[in-house]
Amino acid sequence: MTFFDLARRNVTRHWLRSSLAVIGIVIGVIAIASLGIMGNSIGLMFDDMVSDVGDTVIVSPATGVGGGKLTERQVSDIARAVGSNDVIPFSSTGERIAVGDKESAAMIYAIPAGDIPSLLEVESGSYPKDTGGGCLIGSELAANSRENGLKLGARVRIGDETLRVVGVLKERGMGFDINPDYAIVVPYAWYSSHYDEDDYDQAIVKVRDVNNIDAVKESIEQKMNRREDTVTVMDTRAILESVFAATESITVFLAGIGAISLLVAGVSILNVMLMSVTERIKEIGVLRSIGTRRGEVMRMFIYEALILGLAGALIGGALSFCTGYLVTAVFVQNPDYLFDPTSLLYIVFGMLFGVITSVASGLYPAWKAANLNPIQALRHE
Amino acid sequence: MPVISFENVRKVYPLPAGDVVALAGVDIAIDEGEFVLIMGPSGSGKSTLLNIMGSLDVPTSGEVTIAGNKISGMDDDDLTLLRRDHIGFVFQQFNLIPLLSIVENVEYPLILKGRQNGTRERAEEVLRAVGITETHFTHKPGELSGGQQQRVAIARALVNDPDFLLCDEPTGNLDSKTGTAIMTLLDRMNREEGKTVVMVTHDPRMTEYADRTIRLVDGKVVE
Repeated sequence: MTFFDLARRNVTRHWLRSSLAVIGIVIGVIAIASLGIMGNSIGLMFDDMVSDVGDTVIVSPATGVGGGKLTERQVSDIARAVGSNDVIPFSSTGERIAVGDKESAAMIYAIPAGDIPSLLEVESGSYPKDTGGGCLIGSELAANSRENGLKLGARVRIGDETLRVVGVLKERGMGFDINPDYAIVVPYAWYSSHYDEDDYDQAIVKVRDVNNIDAVKESIEQKMNRREDTVTVMDTRAILESVFAATESITVFLAGIGAISLLVAGVSILNVMLMSVTERIKEIGVLRSIGTRRGEVMRMFIYEALILGLAGALIGGALSFCTGYLVTAVFVQNPDYLFDPTSLLYIVFGMLFGVITSVASGLYPAWKAANLNPIQALRHE
Repeated sequence: MPVISFENVRKVYPLPAGDVVALAGVDIAIDEGEFVLIMGPSGSGKSTLLNIMGSLDVPTSGEVTIAGNKISGMDDDDLTLLRRDHIGFVFQQFNLIPLLSIVENVEYPLILKGRQNGTRERAEEVLRAVGITETHFTHKPGELSGGQQQRVAIARALVNDPDFLLCDEPTGNLDSKTGTAIMTLLDRMNREEGKTVVMVTHDPRMTEYADRTIRLVDGKVVE
């Protein structure tokens, strides 16, 4: 028989009340863990969707200069600045398309035909040439439009001209340069004559060695922005970092909502413990009078809070697996994210916070019990 | 040397309406092996005297020595340890811990003292000595009669082998027959074991068990 044992007995003596307090902690733990897992899974999903891992620098015209376009001359300046790395200029526009009499709209990317192979992979068919009126369709566009007849070999009307689909692209995932999965890719020469335009929207610089990214950026800046800012240079790594920072704050925000429910649980523990102290004033008086020290009384009550917290954390942790599975299956449609260590960590966090909240809530009642005047406590009825 | 010694002990409770003098210069010496009654009307300072003897309270002035320890300057922990190691409390309402079984109630002070081994055996030994049979050892206090509960309380008070028993109306909640049995038990502990017993009571019939009686009136010892 120890103080822990005494605490355990008191918790089980009022099992209904204790269970209710434990349920509060259980809900709090589940809320923190599930919301944390949800936020984390969104981050993981982003991580998976982003295909290129920071080996790309994107050069855009500085806003307000030259009508927001990169000229041919600027593109060759950039090419000189980056040495042996590939520079792929492109333009894009939204356009109405039609296959037969079925009309829809799609994103059109115009890339110099010679540069397409260094940026995109063809799943079936071949790459288009500057002459010959061929185009490529994105994998998702192909998958979604098969019934409409948009497939390899089909003829698709873009604006008022018709192009033949010579290739279907491999799925590329979401990128920070272009997103061709739902788009049509045409040779720039066709685009230039069709829309009567010689300038580009942006240029992609493929950096062969990731370690050189900063040097490449620097060199472009030196060349292009010496007198005034004519271009903006971004690397995807920086964009990735800001996206991850955003998903991280989403995760923290969601877990914060969970923490509020745990706070409520803490208040209920505080309430239960204060009730326990008030009911046992006389008993505490007896314990103190027969030689139980203040610290020992305090320990006994903190143990009670600890037992409630541990019970809540264990049950909550176990249930968090189930809700975590549900959350990842329903919201991000990939339960595998639950078993990622960064997700599982949120279950540990939740449990830890559960125990800490309980013990913290028990501190004041325990202090109150320990500091009762033994004479008055003995007289209490 | 006396087990309990009071020298010119005063206890004053400051109240907004004016100070209340509970003990107005009390000198008491109780020797080892004595059976002493403390009697007096309500408001005479009995409870205050009992609380100070039990090191639950400290005097406003004067010197109190309990089992050789001067209590002036002691902090709460020192006073608590003094209670644990030197004083056995017996209350009018038994005050057993409802969470604990009979034998655990008696074992509890031993565990407080940090004893690891033989606590159960020692508790059972003392329980048998006060007349509790083994069938009751695992019962909860509420399952026992008042007289049995008071026997258990006496066992709990005796288990750490204190320097004296401090009894506050120990028969006050018992019928006269059971009360007599409890007094016989205390008397036996006093005569056979040489245990010092200090008892606060209203009941003049108790004087037959006592070696002497200290009478308190208005916070002073009279005789």
